[in-house]
Amino acid sequence: MPTKLTDRSHTGYGIGHSVPRKEDDRYLRGRGEFIADIRLAGMQDLAFVRSPLAHARIRGIHVPDYAVGCVFTAADLDVRPMQVVSALPGFKISDQPVLAHDKVRHVGEPIAVCVAATRAEAEDLAAAVTVDFDELPAVVDMLAARRPGAPLVHEHWGDNVFLETVVEDDLTAIRASAPIVVHRSFRTARQCMSPLEGRGVVAVWDRRLEQLLVYSSAQLPHIVRTGLAECLGLDEGRVRVVAPDVGGGFGYKGILLAEEVVAGWLARRLGHPVRWIEDRREQLTGNANCREHQYEITAYAAADGRLLALDAEATVDAGAYSAYPFSACLEAAQVASILPGPYMMDAYRCRTWSAATNKPPILPYRGVARAGVCFVMEVTLDAIARKARLEPYEVRLRNLVPPEAMPFDNITKKHFDSGDYPECLRRAVAAIDLPAIRTRQAQETGPLRTGVGLSIFCEQGAHGTSVYAGWGIPMIPGFEQAVARMTPDGGLELRVGIQSHGQGLETTLAQVAHEVLGLPLHKIMVVHGDTALTPYSTGTWGSRCAVMAGGAVATACRELAGRIAAIGAHLLQERVDTVRVGNGVVASATGSVAIEEVARTWYRRPQDLPASVDPGGLEVTAGYKPQRDSGTFSYAAHVAVVQVDTELGEVRIIDYAIVEDGGVLLNPMIVDGQVIGGTAQGIGTALYEEMPFDANGQPLNGTLAEYLLPGATEVPDARIGHMATPSPYSAFGQKGIGEGGAIGPPAAIANAVNDALHPFGVEITELPITPRRLLTALMKARA
Amino acid sequence: MKAAPFEMVRPAALADATALLTRTGAHALAGGQSLGPMLNLRLARPTLLVPITHLAALREVSETASSVTIGACITHAAIADGGVPDIGLPDVGLNLLARVAEGIAYRAVRTRGTIGGSLCHADPAADWVTVLTTLSAEVLTTDGRVLSLRDFILGAFRTALTPGELLRAVRVPKLSPTARWGYVKACRKPGEFAHAMAAVLADRGMTRAVIGAVGGPPIVLEGASVTRTPDLPGLDAVDAHLQRVVLGRAMTQAGLA
Repeated sequence: MPTKLTDRSHTGYGIGHSVPRKEDDRYLRGRGEFIADIRLAGMQDLAFVRSPLAHARIRGIHVPDYAVGCVFTAADLDVRPMQVVSALPGFKISDQPVLAHDKVRHVGEPIAVCVAATRAEAEDLAAAVTVDFDELPAVVDMLAARRPGAPLVHEHWGDNVFLETVVEDDLTAIRASAPIVVHRSFRTARQCMSPLEGRGVVAVWDRRLEQLLVYSSAQLPHIVRTGLAECLGLDEGRVRVVAPDVGGGFGYKGILLAEEVVAGWLARRLGHPVRWIEDRREQLTGNANCREHQYEITAYAAADGRLLALDAEATVDAGAYSAYPFSACLEAAQVASILPGPYMMDAYRCRTWSAATNKPPILPYRGVARAGVCFVMEVTLDAIARKARLEPYEVRLRNLVPPEAMPFDNITKKHFDSGDYPECLRRAVAAIDLPAIRTRQAQETGPLRTGVGLSIFCEQGAHGTSVYAGWGIPMIPGFEQAVARMTPDGGLELRVGIQSHGQGLETTLAQVAHEVLGLPLHKIMVVHGDTALTPYSTGTWGSRCAVMAGGAVATACRELAGRIAAIGAHLLQERVDTVRVGNGVVASATGSVAIEEVARTWYRRPQDLPASVDPGGLEVTAGYKPQRDSGTFSYAAHVAVVQVDTELGEVRIIDYAIVEDGGVLLNPMIVDGQVIGGTAQGIGTALYEEMPFDANGQPLNGTLAEYLLPGATEVPDARIGHMATPSPYSAFGQKGIGEGGAIGPPAAIANAVNDALHPFGVEITELPITPRRLLTALMKARA
Repeated sequence: MKAAPFEMVRPAALADATALLTRTGAHALAGGQSLGPMLNLRLARPTLLVPITHLAALREVSETASSVTIGACITHAAIADGGVPDIGLPDVGLNLLARVAEGIAYRAVRTRGTIGGSLCHADPAADWVTVLTTLSAEVLTTDGRVLSLRDFILGAFRTALTPGELLRAVRVPKLSPTARWGYVKACRKPGEFAHAMAAVLADRGMTRAVIGAVGGPPIVLEGASVTRTPDLPGLDAVDAHLQRVVLGRAMTQAGLA
């Protein structure tokens, strides 16, 4: 059971308080140190020669004489390709070369690296390198890729399928008798994750330690270290990875990149530091690809709207390679396990394909698979609602897992830990005036039409060993560790293997430590993002840090509190079981001694220590895993009110409300920030973001003038309501909530648009909802 | 990406600028809000860049009874704000130029981008190309030429300027007190290139509609040919539809519906 919060909460700095973020002082003053701020003596810049073609054989690479020694190709490198092996049956391995040698498989794939004093000069070199290609037919569409006879991305496979999965109940009886049957095809666009700061790496060979030091804008530094060591053939001890301040990640910085491996190899070979700072063009056209799904869905329901069964076929366009460490199949495997969402049903069938195409590898993005799955499921439920002649919220209330069923094992064996899903939905509906909107809609006759749409979903966070073990990819989360260490002057250092890149973990983990020890926040320092300074961790992904790093910090601090108590009791001349640690002191019934004094005694006056003192001292490494590691399930309902301009095809969000339940919130303000930021990204998925490719596999939106991101004027002031149902499994009842904001908006906005367009007989089933898509659908309906 | 190598020479006076610009591969830099990205993407490869926004001769504003003349290097932000400090900007009527300037991209772009730079770049989707064509504006060049906008904009990214010739100023006729105006563009977010744009002016017995963002010089419709359903060859069904919608809305704004 979660620990009951102690009286420390009254200090205003512990768990549950909206403490201003410790890291913001340096961020807001422009004093952070991001990857491009790092300047090392003798450092040179890298630029890559990249493939201009989606699919071709390389016949020759020509380096002009003056550039020899500054340009390196695969023939120069002695590194292993990046390789992901999965334990899933039938999984096909794709070796991803760090520099292509025999063949290129997507536009933007690195072929050679150029070294020069500045990036501009390195690009001049890159422009002077010529490559002879034999162009091959490209396979660009995921459905075409699955068809026999399609060009093969990896010839020796014999087809273009990384992995096919099947979950299959017998649906025969339901198919024959279901009163309501809804069939829909859905598509979601290929997107590009767009953190403010792109990727980047600075690599230097440390001669004294005989160690490769790699600074990388990364969210999984320990995983990058393993991947680098594997590719470079170095002992892992010979690699240190430091993630400095990181300007957003969203999953993109959880990937080992070819550019990192190449930079690491060059630093050792050249003997001087090298750096590669990704630019927007590289990010958009060659690297940060994510989310491209296609679905055929048939839902069967009773006349009252109750779901009987779901029959789904899902294809994910996984691109050319299995990116390290998550593989090409993360998306599709997630689709199969989470498609049923927060709903109950009697039977389920789902077949998935991870298709290989001549496009950049698909990478995990905030709300992996969930944004697409939620969109598909929620638009389907609205279609059922129309057939059952119910308000969309009513059909959902008939299908949501009720609170009395919690904890609940759903049809795909997901273990929902706690919550009241129907109440969440009721509150979201109450946050807007639905009857007033329905009245307004009945009076509308012009080109501007109002629509209201809902979505509700749950978000598994902090997936543990049991979830990932069967998956067998290069990273399986185990125990999460934290080091809690007193400094001689009574400060506290927390060392954690996760990485904070916008989540405010330097603050929230300090709040957890404060909750246990009562030390003032300014005396607590969170050290993260450095493999040399922190315990191993799979890092920051999957909405896991509040639960896993929070739990580890609490565990380490509690153990440290025991050692502090022993020394404190001795100084107070009391028995250890009569004292307690808190509020920065060790207190007995009659007196107290400051933790500062305890620290000073351990480090600087060992002559005053009790004979029985724990020689481990005031430094503790502790590991943590929740009692059940199947994950926490936060959940939320989103409601969007939109105005659709049916002549221009534009969608304006006029109201947006969210009710979410993240369990016990470590810092409610930070949670709101996460929800708002995620919602902005979800609005991008719904309305703006799309990376189209032409028939030859050329990416078409190569700059941010074409690849549209929502900005301040496109993101509404979302109203956020909280519920706080503790998770029964985490240390304080907290749940992972980092991704939910990005999951709900596409579904809610699409449903709102479809609600507005219902009088025109138009239903949108493809994202993003651009003016062109909307107008094309309207024109088709009119024709 | 970073720009290919180029030389940059800052001229002391207008004559120095025009002399430098006769060199092969020379290009004026008048704000750089389009040229900057094109340099970095290596789509533009000038060998010599000549910055000109500091030249006083290109920042003059003057007024007669019938027109307002705006120096080429006056920024969109200055126009939106009602002029540059100590110089101001007389109104051509309806506060029209300020209203248009305010809708160009976002503030950071407006702060550096200039009216002359935008016209010389001649992007078909640029606000000034469509708006100033509608207003019968003329450009004055350093060679002493006076050209109507229709004669100045030759096509997408093409103007009538010759090597060594700079656009010095734009002369915009004043509107009568009874002028009616409408301007609408289809653009989902600030900074996005417009997918369709239309400006409509009715003044002194003349009606003109100009359709921009068509991939070439704007389409000018006058008098009886101003209709909500113009023929738009070369545009696909969705683009043509969008153009007709924004034209209709511009006409409604102008009270011509």
